[in-house]
Amino acid sequence: MATTQAAPSTATPLLRLTDISMSFGSTQVLTDVSLEVNRGEVLCLLGDNGAGKSTLIKIMSGVYQPKSGTIEVDGKPVVFRSPRDTAAHGIATVHQFGGTFPLMTIGRSFFVGAEPEKGFWPLRRFDRRYANETAVREMRQLGITRVTDGDRLVGGLSGGERQALAIGRAVYFGASILILDEPTAALGVKEAAHVLRIVMGARAKGIAVVFITHQVTHALTVGDHFAVLIRGAKAADFRKGEKTREEITDLMAGGEAMAELEAELEAYENAHEGHVPQIG
Amino acid sequence: MTSQAAQASPDTRDETPATASGRSIGSLVRRPETGALIGTVGVFIFFAIFGGKDFVTPGGASSWLNVAGELGIIAIPVGLLMISGELDLSVGSVVAASSMVLAIVSGFWGAPVIVGIALALALGAAVGLINGVIVTRTRVPSFIVTLATQFALAGLTLGFSRLLTSNVSVAIDAGEWGHLLLGQLIGHQFEVAIFWWAIVVVVVGWIVHVAKFGNWIFAIGGDLESARAAGIPTNRVKVALYIGTGLGAALVGVMETILYNSAQVAKGQSFVFNSIIAVVIGGVLLTGGYGSVFGIVLGTLTFSIVNQGIYYTGWNADWASLILGVLLLAAVLMNNTFRKMALSYSPSAPKAKKGRG
Ligand SMILES: Nc1ncnc2c1ncn2[C@@H]1O[C@H](COP(=O)(O)OP(=O)(O)O)[C@@H](O)[C@H]1O
Ligand SMILES: [Mg+2]
Repeated sequence: MATTQAAPSTATPLLRLTDISMSFGSTQVLTDVSLEVNRGEVLCLLGDNGAGKSTLIKIMSGVYQPKSGTIEVDGKPVVFRSPRDTAAHGIATVHQFGGTFPLMTIGRSFFVGAEPEKGFWPLRRFDRRYANETAVREMRQLGITRVTDGDRLVGGLSGGERQALAIGRAVYFGASILILDEPTAALGVKEAAHVLRIVMGARAKGIAVVFITHQVTHALTVGDHFAVLIRGAKAADFRKGEKTREEITDLMAGGEAMAELEAELEAYENAHEGHVPQIG
Repeated sequence: MTSQAAQASPDTRDETPATASGRSIGSLVRRPETGALIGTVGVFIFFAIFGGKDFVTPGGASSWLNVAGELGIIAIPVGLLMISGELDLSVGSVVAASSMVLAIVSGFWGAPVIVGIALALALGAAVGLINGVIVTRTRVPSFIVTLATQFALAGLTLGFSRLLTSNVSVAIDAGEWGHLLLGQLIGHQFEVAIFWWAIVVVVVGWIVHVAKFGNWIFAIGGDLESARAAGIPTNRVKVALYIGTGLGAALVGVMETILYNSAQVAKGQSFVFNSIIAVVIGGVLLTGGYGSVFGIVLGTLTFSIVNQGIYYTGWNADWASLILGVLLLAAVLMNNTFRKMALSYSPSAPKAKKGRG
């Protein structure tokens, strides 16, 4: 795969969303959101819980159709009617919950919908050995060395191992756009770091990654490009180094809330000669 | 790709020092039917002891194998549906309706038996198709949809039987070939249904556990949205599985009718719950995504042994249902335990090794 990093500003974005709006009944969940995702870049989609991040990526992965707005893949307008449509365009999504099958074996879940077969019709058989070896190998390439048996059940893996399995599957099947919904949310520090490293590995392969998170530290570690969603609208769109951690945190919290809190703290500190309030 | 695989396997091996026995214990624990096997062996030993020597004679075996053969033909497709996350409570009425179709068409009207059989099976397939289409289109829980068709079809069967024959039971003689294939007692005691069951087990076992189609069923029951996203035609698979239960129930209806030379409108209702009990005892997870054909076979045998074994003990047969109820609960608890062990089992985990010592 070519990894020449074209200057993102001049190349056609691999995925472009323009003025996407979405509502469920009378609740407006997304309002005129525009985004660009480039090859070999990590776009971090930031936002508080309920900001509309999951809804936006479900639109990108064909689960929902937007009420208005357009989607282009590689400069060509497309309409995603189902998750299968998006898969055909090289888009792979690892949803926040599920996405892997807890009671299936690693090998079987890796190849769901694309089962390898051997033997002759009508006695073609699922090639368990090949499936297991491939799944274990792909996970190993993502640094998961503790999983050596493809017959283990997915539900017995740790959260990070499951993310690696899902990402490994997407990469193996040739995804050019990888969408990860809060892959580090439920993980411990070590596992989160491992997943972040896997994300950087995918970027190095030239894959465009959309990384959803509400943890600013994780975003800053891997992000090239950031978009902040507040109550369904894009509040900011900036590149690496253009904003500090504090500015981003402020933005995500909706600005005012943090500013208010800071003003309160300042007032308190002034009144109590520089001591911060005791908690509890 | 092949060369990569070849490279990967040696270093995969060197990290798994698990001994042969460690592997076999691991693979046993990981099978969905391990609990069911313990259950079947347990109830067999129990009734072999308390049922006297008649229980272990061919005659004794035939009594529970005959029950198992008929129940098994329905339990297998019901189990597959359950693995895919759906229920089918309409099998009872399909047994009754298909029996009546055969008896009315070939017995009452005198059409060739083959025509009656074809129409009876077509009715089963049609009910399955209707169930499947309603479940996948409306997303009404299958419990409700198939409960509705169970009642509706029972009403239709009774109504049409009275209307057409002014009767609730119709006689039929299926002739030599009909009896030979679908309604004979081999050696005067073994129903031919046992052999049809064996064929169903082999064919469906292959489709589910050896061919790739089985992977789709497990994926659908495990996580419907992800299965759909992976490109599996989830609705078509479910409709096909419903047609399977319809056909299975209709086949049993046909065989009972030919064997007993008559059909009754109230026949077969016990299959509704008995099939679910057999499937659940067999280690299939009620909510889908886990189970095996072999487990369903064992669950069916366990059910049948208890159901018939009680008559050999000399105890009051009224207690059979009590035993089945307790057994069902015990089986589910045991299956849950084995499923948890399967989830946490890993060949390199030190816990698994300690457990063997
Ligand atoms: N299917 C739905 N029907 C109705 N409201 C929804 C649906 N999905 C999401 N929402 C609402 O949309 C808002 C954004 O949700 P979501 O996209 O999950 O946010 P995030 O992933 O950023 O936490 C929430 O207020 C949520 O309640
Ligand atoms: Mg979310």
